[in-house]
Amino acid sequence: MHEVGVMENALGIALKRAADEGAHHIHQLTMRIGLLSGVVPEALEFAFDVLTRGTIAEGATLEVEHVPIVCFCSTCRLEFQPDDLFCECPRCHVPSAEVHQGRELELASLEVS
Amino acid sequence: MCKDCGCNIVGEVRIDGKPDSHDHSHPHTHSHDHEHPHTHPHAHDEAHEGDRRTVPVQQAILAKNDRLAERNRGYFKAKGLLVLNVLSSPGSGKTAFIERTVAGLGDRLRVGVIAGDLETDNDAKRLRARGVPTVQITTGNVCHLEAEMVARAMEKIPLDSLDVLVIENVGNLVCPASYDLGEDVRVVLLSVTEGEDKPLKYPVMFRTAQVVVVNKMDIAEAVGFDRDAALRNIRRVAPEATILEVSARTGQGMAQWYTYLEERRRREKGHPPPPSPGTSPA
Repeated sequence: MHEVGVMENALGIALKRAADEGAHHIHQLTMRIGLLSGVVPEALEFAFDVLTRGTIAEGATLEVEHVPIVCFCSTCRLEFQPDDLFCECPRCHVPSAEVHQGRELELASLEVS
Repeated sequence: MCKDCGCNIVGEVRIDGKPDSHDHSHPHTHSHDHEHPHTHPHAHDEAHEGDRRTVPVQQAILAKNDRLAERNRGYFKAKGLLVLNVLSSPGSGKTAFIERTVAGLGDRLRVGVIAGDLETDNDAKRLRARGVPTVQITTGNVCHLEAEMVARAMEKIPLDSLDVLVIENVGNLVCPASYDLGEDVRVVLLSVTEGEDKPLKYPVMFRTAQVVVVNKMDIAEAVGFDRDAALRNIRRVAPEATILEVSARTGQGMAQWYTYLEERRRREKGHPPPPSPGTSPA
């Protein structure tokens, strides 16, 4: 996954929002990243450091909330968190295709002033 | 990356060899329709550390692509098209699979193709040689196709004369997974030479597949392909996917694929399926 592109998008959203809020500095960006999103948080960090230079987010911290995978087994009517990237029901051991959580890739909030 | 709107269409992306005429005229989110008044009672010339506040945003990073993909989807639906997004590693046989599909379908369904590669129009040439209306997107360095590229490319193809539009993605099992193009069906190919554990190694991609095609079955025995293991692994990651085992080169296993396409197309156009054989016609 090309985290630079993702971070550029995220920063764009952040800067626009900060401008709308009349803010002059962004101190922190909080992102929610699901384990099934395909994004590597460390690569995001690297991209963040590079891309924020010269913007009002320079020096800001990047907080990443890792969103766990939550799957649903329709046979057992059971919601569960797998240990890995496969949604195997802990009760009936049949893999499930239904993912309720874990694909998130979003900018959750900003801390501004 | 386009600095203005954050999309991945930069000068190097070409549609049939011509630079993408990306005029940035799509609706930008300079949404000056905000309701809240911008009351700034005093100018904040220096940062007041004590004025720090948290602003909730909750916006998906790929929202822009998703929005464009939905727009594509609506357009395709209006045209009564069945749209496929074909993905795989480089060399799994996407183009051969599409060529064989066109040859096998004959007059049953009319197929057009949008092909994506970093460089060359070799895939488009192959398909055009078979009479398939094809547009080639060359992305330069971009490792995946995005909804915006597809939207531009489809302007160059006679959609009204088609039943099925196949989008052949860039050969890559990682990045394209996250980009909705507006397709109806995601087809992920893997070939028998790639190893039975491929689906386990790329769960994010395989999980999104509605159809998984195991290609090059004609040489499966020669390479010691463990069919049971492969099917087990596919089902583990994509439990609801339709699995097809084919050889694009020999045509084996393809009949089931043609039937699948015809059935899906009927569904997209809203036609009822034909009566099953053995029942008397109404």
